[in-house]
Amino acid sequence: MDLFPSMPLAQWIDDFVDWLNNAEFIFDGIEAFISFLLLILTESLGVIPEWIFIIALTVVTFIFGGRKTGLALFVLIGLFFIDNLNYWDDMILTLSLVLSATMISVLIGVPIGIWMSKNNILEQIIKPILDFMQTMPAFVYLIPAVAFFGIGMEPGVVASVIFAMPPTIRLTNLGIRQVSSEVIEASDAFGSTAGQKLWKVQLPMARTTIMAGINQTIMLALSMVVIASMIGASGLGEQVYYAVGRNQAGQGFEAGIAIVILAIILDRITQSIGSSSR
Amino acid sequence: MSKINVEGLTKIFGKKTKQARELLNEGSSKDEILQKTGCTVGVNNASFDVEEGEIFVIMGLSGSGKSTLVRLLNRLIEPTKGSVQLDGKDLAKMDTKTLREVRRTDMSMVFQKFGLFPFRTVASNVEYGLEIQGVDRLERREKAEKSLELVGLKGYEDKFPDELSGGMQQRVGLARALANDPEILLMDEAFSALDPLIRKDMQDELLDLQQTMKKTIIFITHDLDEALRIGDRITIMKDGAIVQIGSPEEILTNPSNDYVEKFVEDVDRSKVYTASNVMVRPETVNIEKEGPRVALKRMRDANISSIYVTNRNRKLLGIVHADQVSDLVKNNKDDLEEVLEADVPTVTSETPVTEIMEMLATSGVPIAVVDNDRLNGIIIRGSMLAALTGVEVNEDGSVS
Ligand SMILES: Nc1ncnc2c1ncn2[C@@H]1O[C@H](COP(=O)(O)OP(=O)(O)OP(=O)(O)O)[C@@H](O)[C@H]1O
Ligand SMILES: [Mg+2]
Repeated sequence: MDLFPSMPLAQWIDDFVDWLNNAEFIFDGIEAFISFLLLILTESLGVIPEWIFIIALTVVTFIFGGRKTGLALFVLIGLFFIDNLNYWDDMILTLSLVLSATMISVLIGVPIGIWMSKNNILEQIIKPILDFMQTMPAFVYLIPAVAFFGIGMEPGVVASVIFAMPPTIRLTNLGIRQVSSEVIEASDAFGSTAGQKLWKVQLPMARTTIMAGINQTIMLALSMVVIASMIGASGLGEQVYYAVGRNQAGQGFEAGIAIVILAIILDRITQSIGSSSR
Repeated sequence: MSKINVEGLTKIFGKKTKQARELLNEGSSKDEILQKTGCTVGVNNASFDVEEGEIFVIMGLSGSGKSTLVRLLNRLIEPTKGSVQLDGKDLAKMDTKTLREVRRTDMSMVFQKFGLFPFRTVASNVEYGLEIQGVDRLERREKAEKSLELVGLKGYEDKFPDELSGGMQQRVGLARALANDPEILLMDEAFSALDPLIRKDMQDELLDLQQTMKKTIIFITHDLDEALRIGDRITIMKDGAIVQIGSPEEILTNPSNDYVEKFVEDVDRSKVYTASNVMVRPETVNIEKEGPRVALKRMRDANISSIYVTNRNRKLLGIVHADQVSDLVKNNKDDLEEVLEADVPTVTSETPVTEIMEMLATSGVPIAVVDNDRLNGIIIRGSMLAALTGVEVNEDGSVS
C-alpha cells in the first residue's frame, strides 16, 4: 500500500477551513445572531420565577398536549425535581441552547426541505449529504465550530445545528411529497398560486410529518449538550462533563437525570403538538 | 359557438414522446407503443365540441384516458398535441396568470376521491376557491353557506370532512365547485366512490340543480346507467381514442362498433327505453276507402286477429276484430264503423317502457303509439321483448 502516497485529505480540509476564515465577517455576523438569540432566550426564560415557570409550562402542556393529566403531572414533578436538585439555572441554559439550535435548524431546514420536495435533482444531491451529516461522529463538528466561533455557547449551537438539522430537512421533504395528489390537484384546479398552494395546502397537510422531524431535531440537539460542553457550552451538559472529569458519579447522575427529564418533556410536548388533530 | 372546442387532443406520457407520436400517426396501437417506446398513450387525437348548458358525459373502461382527458381541459395536464378552446380562446396559449384566472372563474372540478382539505372545516373547504381569489371573509362565508344549502348540507359548516359520510363529503366537493359559480363543471367520476343508493340520489340532485343552474358539465363515469341517466350526450373512449359520440338514444340503439356494443349490452334497457324504441309499424285500414273485406284480407295476410283503423290522415279511430269483421262480410255489410271499438290502449312515443309493460300485461290488443292523434306505431309483446333483450326487431314485429 506504500505504492500510493497517502492522500493529503486532512491538509485539504485544513486549507479549506483556513480559506473560509477569510470570510470572517460572515462568521462574525452569524455569531452575533446566535449570541443575540441565546441572550433573549436565557434572559426571558431566566427572569421567570421557578414556580411560575413550572406552573405555566404544566398548564400549557395540559391544554396543548391533548389534555393528558399524566403528562401534565410529569412536567410538574419533573421540573420541580430539577429545581430541587439546584440545576435550575443550568437547565435554563441548556434549554436555551437546545431551543436556539432548534429554531435555527427549523429556519434553515424547513425551507431546504420545501425546496427539495419540489426538485428531484436537488433531492438526489441533498439526501447523501444529509446521510453524511448524520453518520459523521458528532465530535467532528466541534472542530470547525471552534475554528470559526471560538469556544463558548455559540460554537455549541453551531455544532448542534449541523448535527440536528437533517431530520427536519428530511421530514419536511417527505411530508410535502406525501400530500395526496388529489388534494394538490384540487388546489391547482381552483387556481391557487404556488405560494397559496404551499401555505394553504402543502404545509398544513405535512404538518404532522414536519413536527416529527422537528421533534427529532430537538432530541438530537439535546444529545449534543454534553458534547458541546467540551468546547465551553455551559448548562447541564457542562455539569455532566465536569462530573466525568472529577469522577463524581453522583453529580454526573443528577445532571444526567435532569437532561433526561428535559428530554422527555420536550419530546412529549412536540409530539402532542404534531399529533393533536388539526 | 361551442363552449368548449377540442381539436386533435393527444397526451402521451413518458420520455420518448416524439417517437411515440410518429408510431401513433402510423396507426400503432397503445400496447405496441408502450412496448416499443415505454410511453403510455393517455389520450389519442380526441376531437369534440361541448355546447353551453349541456351535460357531456365521457365514458370508458378503466385506463381508457377519461381522467387524462378531463385534466387536459383545465390544463392540470399539459397536452402533447392538439388544442382546447374555451369560448374560442386557446388554453395552451395562455400564460400562467390567465390560466389561473380561468381556473378561478370559468371552471371548477369535482374529484372522485373528493380531494377535500382534511384540516379545514366544511365551510372553509367550500370557501377555498374564493379565499385564494381574495374575496373577503364575510362575503365568501355567505357564498359558501348558500352553496352548502344548495347541496343540502346546511348546518354542517363547522364539521370536518372526516366527520361526514362519503356521500356528504362528495356534496362538499360539489358545493366547493359551485361556490365559485363557474360556467363549467368538470366532474371526474364524482359519484363512483358512493354506494348505489346514495349515488342515485346524487344523480337526481345534480339533474335538479342543473335545471336551475344551466352549467356546462363534463361528467366522467365508467357506468353506462349513470351516463344514460344524466347525459345529454355521451362520448365513449377506448385506449385514449373516442369511438363514438351521440345522444343516449343513439349510443343504445346504434352502437358504432363492437366495443360500444359490449358496453351497451349490460344496460337495463327498460330504464331508458321509451315507446318509440319498442314500437313496430302497424297494419292499418283506412276507413275512408277500405271496407271489411280489405280489413279481413290484411289480417289474414299478417296473421293477426285485430287491426287498427285510421282515416286518410292516419288519425287513430279505433280497432276492429277479425271475428266481428267476418260477420260483417257474411251479412254483406260494408261499413266497418258498426264494429269499430274506439276505446283502445294508447301511449305516446315518450312513454317509458316500464309503464308500457304493465299495460301490455293486461291488454288483449296491441298498444297504439299515438302522437298528436296520429298513429305512429304499435307495441306488441314480441317487439317489446326483442327490443329489451337487444335483438333486432323487424318492421313486422318478427325477430331476426
Ligand atoms: N401521470 C401518468 N404517467 C404515466 N401514465 C399515466 C399517467 N396518468 C395516466 N397514465 C396512463 O394513461 C392511461 C389513461 O389513464 P386515465 O387515468 O386517464 O384513465 P381513466 O380512464 O381515468 O381510468 P380510471 O377509470 O381507472 O380512472 C392509462 O394507461 C394510465 O396508465
Ligand atoms: Mg380516472
